[in-house]
Amino acid sequence: MNERNTISSAAKPRFSEEALQQIQEIYKRYPRDRRASAVMPVLHLAQREFGGWLSRESLDYVAEVMEMPPIRVYEVATFYTMYNLQPVGKYHVQACTNISCWLCGSDRIMEALKTKLRIKAGQTSEDKRFTLHEVECLGACVNAPMIQINDDYYENLTVDKVAEIIDRLP
Amino acid sequence: MKIVYKNIHLANSHTLAVYEANGGYRSALKAIEMGCDEVIDEVKKAGIRGRGGAGFPAGLKWSFIPKNDPRPRYLCCNADEGEPGTCKDRDILRYDPHLLIEGMIICAFAVGAEQGYIYIRGEFYREAERLQSAIDEAYAKGILGENVLGKGIRFHLAVHRGGGAYVCGEETGLIESIEGKKGQPRIKPPFPANIGLYNCPTVINNVETLASIPAIIENGGAWYGALGVAKSSGTKVFSVSGHVNKPGNYEVELGIPLKKLLEEHAGGVRGGWKNLKGVIPGGSSSPILPAEVCETITMDYDAIGKAGSMLGSGAVIVIDKSVCIVRAVARLSRFYRHESCGQCTPCREGTGWLSQIMDRMEAGKGTHEEIDLLLDICNNIAGKTICALGDAATGPITGAIRAFRDEFVYHVEHGRCMAG
Repeated sequence: MNERNTISSAAKPRFSEEALQQIQEIYKRYPRDRRASAVMPVLHLAQREFGGWLSRESLDYVAEVMEMPPIRVYEVATFYTMYNLQPVGKYHVQACTNISCWLCGSDRIMEALKTKLRIKAGQTSEDKRFTLHEVECLGACVNAPMIQINDDYYENLTVDKVAEIIDRLP
Repeated sequence: MKIVYKNIHLANSHTLAVYEANGGYRSALKAIEMGCDEVIDEVKKAGIRGRGGAGFPAGLKWSFIPKNDPRPRYLCCNADEGEPGTCKDRDILRYDPHLLIEGMIICAFAVGAEQGYIYIRGEFYREAERLQSAIDEAYAKGILGENVLGKGIRFHLAVHRGGGAYVCGEETGLIESIEGKKGQPRIKPPFPANIGLYNCPTVINNVETLASIPAIIENGGAWYGALGVAKSSGTKVFSVSGHVNKPGNYEVELGIPLKKLLEEHAGGVRGGWKNLKGVIPGGSSSPILPAEVCETITMDYDAIGKAGSMLGSGAVIVIDKSVCIVRAVARLSRFYRHESCGQCTPCREGTGWLSQIMDRMEAGKGTHEEIDLLLDICNNIAGKTICALGDAATGPITGAIRAFRDEFVYHVEHGRCMAG
């Protein structure tokens, strides 16, 4: 069990009206009696709505909105690494260090990120701007080494490019 | 010969307008006119084997869907693309999503499915957006929905994003995940063709497999079957990564010599062919082939199987002489430990032990006995778990010890790498 699997607490959140409507749309993708299928997309949406991570209160709220037992929501949220159960910074930087990226110098990329962001893997910067994680293969192997920042991939990286990308973030 | 990548170099290849201008959706119309059984026959004749890794013949898989069964049928596309080294489906998803949609319409028609899901790995956020826009375009033009292409057939299609779990690339793990659960694979049998998504008959195919279907219908199964070599027909995309001068996704006919693939397509091995140490031929789970085997081997299911590895997803990972094999395997062992879903004891415990021993070996603290202990643990995982993740975790280790045992011994005796 690593620390990314531990659920944390925060104030009780609420979905916007727009998000509640999106949830109704999500339900339509699955058979009427199979609402549980929507739990992953609803959790993805909740994470976007609630600051990039899911607290215990957020998970309970998703369970309440979906009329599901909270344990079913916890199970899913703790199984899949993309659900952040700890607060993350404005920019979630995920560096792949699996085989293809490693062969192409991901160790240097990781070091460059740590130096540039002044945090270690698994940490969030004090100004809450950056969180850094070392992650498994992200499926862009022919353009290694690569990192993901929030929704976007940055590929064919060099140490210099990494610094430039970080500097350019708004 | 380009089949699944035939459009990706066109400007705006992801749009319906460009897809239709290049003959798009004509194969779906043709398939509907042919009839279900004829479509399955053509796919069988084509001999196309699953491009996700397992290599099961697609036509045969479709024919397992029971006829005259009152339950709804489902079609799932596996776009999880999690096998380290593999990134071939991503280019179809972002550059030619309509090709995949057309392949799915044809398959859904053939097996009688009215609902399909594309299970795409969660990190492919931009690719999922592309795919969703293509689906929206197809709905707006009546290509998907209640009356597909005006032919009175119903087919609905939705995207389901994963959450970063490698095991969901396993077909029953994928089903569990769509059902809103942890992606822990199911015991087989029953197979998904009978008890799949929502306990209904379900076909699950990889993106590349489905994207090959429109060409098979357009040109005929015999035409496709003549491409490639015996028992490995058609084209395959190889994701060539690592120490080559031009890494990339290359679509070629199956049976191409590995040396030709690397030298003529991927720009050659970094530092020249003599600098090659070995190649992982089919994704991180496939045992490494040492340089002397790479000299002559061809890229088809049988040839690679005979060499003690597998074609897998077609992820060709090239490793030159600067690399310490022990360190490379230690990195991969960490991956399998992280991705084991925890359901079966041999895999849950075994992948942890393998990773611990590999880390110790890499740090120069291993013993001679532990080299054989690794093989013993592998032997106690492989074939003793519900899904193939356990076997996958053993592939890199057994392959590396078979081909490069001297490097493990060197680590034990000198406490450091032989290379680098």
